[in-house]
Amino acid sequence: MGRYILRRFFHMAITLFAMITLMFFLFRLLPGDPTATVISPALDAEAREAMRARFGLDRPLIEQYLVYLVNLAQFDFGLSFRTSRPVWEQIELRLVNTLLLILPSMIAAYMIGAFGGALLAWYRGGRVEGNVVLAATALQSAPVFWLGMLAILVFSIWLNWFPTGHIVTPGRFPDPSWRMYLTLDFLHHLALPFFVNTLYNLCFPLLLMRSTMLSTIGEDYVELARMKGLRESRVLYRHAMRNSLLPLATTMPMILGWSVAGSVVIETVFSWPGLGLLMIEGITRSDYPVVQAAFLLIAVLTILGTFVADLLYGLLDPRIVYR
Amino acid sequence: MRMLRSFLAAVWDIPSGRIALLVLGVFAVLAMFGPWIAPFDPMVRNYGADGRLIRLSGPSAQHWLGTTLMGRDIASQLLYGARPAFLVGGMTAIGTVLIGLNIGLIAGYFGGRTDAILMRITDIFLGLPFLPFIIVVLAMSGRSIWTIIFAMTIVMWRSTARVIRAQVLSLREMPFVAAARTTGASDWAILFREIAPNVLPLALVSTAFALAWAIITEASIGFLGFGDPNVISWGSILYDAYASQVMYRAPWWVVPPGIAIMVLVSAVYFIGRAYEQVINPRLRTV
Repeated sequence: MGRYILRRFFHMAITLFAMITLMFFLFRLLPGDPTATVISPALDAEAREAMRARFGLDRPLIEQYLVYLVNLAQFDFGLSFRTSRPVWEQIELRLVNTLLLILPSMIAAYMIGAFGGALLAWYRGGRVEGNVVLAATALQSAPVFWLGMLAILVFSIWLNWFPTGHIVTPGRFPDPSWRMYLTLDFLHHLALPFFVNTLYNLCFPLLLMRSTMLSTIGEDYVELARMKGLRESRVLYRHAMRNSLLPLATTMPMILGWSVAGSVVIETVFSWPGLGLLMIEGITRSDYPVVQAAFLLIAVLTILGTFVADLLYGLLDPRIVYR
Repeated sequence: MRMLRSFLAAVWDIPSGRIALLVLGVFAVLAMFGPWIAPFDPMVRNYGADGRLIRLSGPSAQHWLGTTLMGRDIASQLLYGARPAFLVGGMTAIGTVLIGLNIGLIAGYFGGRTDAILMRITDIFLGLPFLPFIIVVLAMSGRSIWTIIFAMTIVMWRSTARVIRAQVLSLREMPFVAAARTTGASDWAILFREIAPNVLPLALVSTAFALAWAIITEASIGFLGFGDPNVISWGSILYDAYASQVMYRAPWWVVPPGIAIMVLVSAVYFIGRAYEQVINPRLRTV
């Protein structure tokens, strides 16, 4: 078991390293000069050179790469082209914002999805089941940003229950800090994106749980539990559902990673200042160090998700042999 | 071709699959003939009899789904949007499955070092955040429909490869493979003549799910403003509506494109799931 974890960890490190390298060269080699917008052509040649030197862009590519690696190891993401200050200053709260939106809503989505899916399979064959499956498929097929737009239309504009976007009332915290998470205003802003993201993400676990349960219910041990005269609820929760949790548990971290990656759209719709929105803003402002850092952090979260998925799979299913 | 016919026949036998195939058919016709059916040029700004721009007008006999802030006909934009959805989705799904199928087959069959290397590469691609990667590629190398297809294929083949590999791993141990080997068939012959036909059903399911994902992703790219500027897509209609800041006064601008995406993608999901039931009868609802 220890060796298995170690090996997985080693794989994760390789993946991470490959990702960092790939991104570094992708950002340098794709057409389009990242310096074009930040270094004004109006500057004279000497000033331009001085500026390039300030960002270290006058060095050979390999040297830039090595410096980048060393800096990354110290959580130094370089200087923002726009503000000329460390990128990390912009990243820190954005990362928290993204996690505060995504994590709770994924947990809620999985809880509702697991119980909902189990109940659907348990009372299968009815009209309710068909309708819920249809509704869940339709929801899953709708683009999440469109669901967000509809939610804003109905709940913010027509009913005026929730704000249309942002994390707190603009202007209330001129200097964003940890204190803003402790206000009711924050929860009020969180409600709508949380609701939409949960609704959208609960479809996958719901449908997966239902189909796993459908095959579990046919197993002999469920039949046996029934014949022992156990209460229905006990058979459902203790025997059938428990044994159907594996695919759900193993897909969760991967879906979580996707969800962090997909947060770009939900953050854009709700102007939620998270990593995804930061990346988009970085692109529109041609602030490449910021884009690169935001992208890298999203990738790290994705890779961490897959890593935990692999470990869970090994822990939960005793039939898996560690090699 | 025979495979495709048996696929369609199998899906047709399941009620939900039949409805989904019909819906998909309707959308395919719209994708093909949409631009001829469309009553207006989708980019033209329409003026009323009084010479004033018809901006943000609700659905009427003349403009079935109303007009945009710029006075453009929404129904026509919607009809034009079906084609890129099919083109981008279809090309991406085909590319995804071709790459994923081959990598999965080779990794699963040869095993050992080949498998280890191919799976490490797959893992690296699994770490790429889906949408952000596509956006970065589009931002750096230009927004065209081909770049979108290319970038989406690069991040999508990985899941297909994993699914196919798992299947090949179990097929490899089957008696018919051993039988083929005793007749002196080469590895490649066994792989593509004996094993590949047996994973094709699974590959078809993957194609359906890849198609569904690709259509949603294409819309998301359009919505974020990174779509091909020369193409009207459902995502770009929603982007225009959102960016106009007045979408709240014009629900007819916001609702239809989303419904179109939702219905088309649902149909594709139901087809995939219907076929999944055929190859794995345990999934059937009693």
